[in-house]
Amino acid sequence: MRKRHAMRALTGILHREMLRTLRQRGRLLSAIVRPLVWLAIFAAGFRSVLGLSITPPYQTYVLYEVYVVPGLAAMMLLFHAMASSLAMVYDREMGSMRLLLTAPLPRWYLLAARLLASVIVGLPLVYLFLLIARHWDVRPPVLGYLAVFPALVLSGLMLGAFGLLVSSISTQMENFAGVMNFVIFPTFFASTALYPIWRLAEAGPVLAMIAAWNPFSSAVELIRFTLYLNFDPVSALVVLACFVVFFLAAVVGYDPGRGLWSRRGGDG
Amino acid sequence: MQVVIAFLLSLFILSRPATAETIYVSNEQDNTVAVVDGASMSLSTTIDVGRRPRGMALSVDKKRLFVAVGDDNRIDVVDLGNRQVTGQLPSGTDPEFFVVHPDGKRLFVANENDNLVSVVDIESAKVIGTIDVGVEPEGMAVSADGRYVACTSETTSMVHLIDAGTFELVDNLLVDTRPRAAAFSPDGKQLWVSSEIRGTVTVFDTTSRAETGKIQFEVPGIRREGVQAVGMEMARDGATAYVALGPANRVAEVDTKTLAVRRLYLVGQRPWHVVLSDDQKRLVSANGNSGDISFIDLENEEVVKSVPVGRGPWGVVIGP
Repeated sequence: MRKRHAMRALTGILHREMLRTLRQRGRLLSAIVRPLVWLAIFAAGFRSVLGLSITPPYQTYVLYEVYVVPGLAAMMLLFHAMASSLAMVYDREMGSMRLLLTAPLPRWYLLAARLLASVIVGLPLVYLFLLIARHWDVRPPVLGYLAVFPALVLSGLMLGAFGLLVSSISTQMENFAGVMNFVIFPTFFASTALYPIWRLAEAGPVLAMIAAWNPFSSAVELIRFTLYLNFDPVSALVVLACFVVFFLAAVVGYDPGRGLWSRRGGDG
Repeated sequence: MQVVIAFLLSLFILSRPATAETIYVSNEQDNTVAVVDGASMSLSTTIDVGRRPRGMALSVDKKRLFVAVGDDNRIDVVDLGNRQVTGQLPSGTDPEFFVVHPDGKRLFVANENDNLVSVVDIESAKVIGTIDVGVEPEGMAVSADGRYVACTSETTSMVHLIDAGTFELVDNLLVDTRPRAAAFSPDGKQLWVSSEIRGTVTVFDTTSRAETGKIQFEVPGIRREGVQAVGMEMARDGATAYVALGPANRVAEVDTKTLAVRRLYLVGQRPWHVVLSDDQKRLVSANGNSGDISFIDLENEEVVKSVPVGRGPWGVVIGP
């Protein structure tokens, strides 16, 4: 794998991702409207729900809007990752995936480039959301916006790799749409995105345990802590480890010789 | 890497030399005064005082702290050098709140059970006068020129204006139900009185003694009965006043010219009293039910930290 060749492939994939995302106006719009609906309407009803306890990294009492914003940022990444892997299934059905994977570069590299491109394309919207959230008095320190960048990238990669894995298992688009509903909602709701662990523990220890072990919670907490200039090493390690595991599994899944693809009889 | 850089930068910013100030909080149910370091915003120590400490004030030279200990019917004197109770002053029965007269020699104490205001001479440690006021006197204020002392009586719903020289009642003004606190504007032209039950602050002109305005507090999502105006603090420049809203868990920032509520700060549960730092850039609230104090950064308009201090924080004072 020559460096120049590899770079050209990466920029090519990035360019394609960007074009595709920009052309999907509806998807772009819904990606920014979705978290705003949660913030403006859902969170409004729960304003004072956290008034009783101080949850790190916050050092004082916060309104629900403040608490939920990092979770909604992670939700944007999750939806983006899932939509991106839906596109992956589409690519595979249309045959453009086969074209990509026949490029004389390692398969893991092509998949990683595809993953990275998808994350980079998704980030500006997350930042836009964080800026709009200031209107609801969610005002983390200015440096927090910088500090949260690596956390967003890492979380995006982890969720993207998960989407990649799901898309390697799923056979058709219809199938995948179902998977999305079965994956996105449990992942999002059984996490610390909407409620802190102590609040979930009130409802039941099982739910609290699921949320604690949910890697999506780690992504949410990593984003939350870095946004407020704190660092939570456990969340960072969990997100990193999950990324590696999901990605390796996806690489295997996309192996036409060994993986699930061969069992299904190749492309599509 | 960026996280590390940001983290280091934030440490740098947080470690800017903050003003060396100390916050003293009376813990009504712990019989202690909590000492909180203003720079690190953390509890340094607690000082044991008499039973049920509530109202507090610094001596004029800021070397001593007076603490009204209601259930012991006296005022404890804390030496801020060695942080120990070094003396006691008589106060009449059940002192709840008091003010230090600007001459530095006298305290005006509200005796909740006796419907009296007692005047205490600090040097001789003697009660040198009493003034009859309404039922359950609580809020006390003294004008900057030292001419008037105001006292609110909770049950009578009045504010009593006392001549600080002759100890005579000058006027009684009817206010909203259960007045808790009183405050003079820095120029002495206005007197503000908060009402706990109505959740209002009434503004009087001190010369004509006519009501010139009223502030009604509202907190979105909280029932009217839950919004109660209690402790108040006025900025030195007279442009802004801060009002603790009790069970609404908020502190309101009020524009003193327009009487409009500029913003609400979410603090701990049931803030009783608030105090401004010497540089007027920080406000601290003592939150009775959550057992902590909240620091409000007034420049950035945000609550930065809540620090546990003990059971039933009530009064709060900032010293050097």
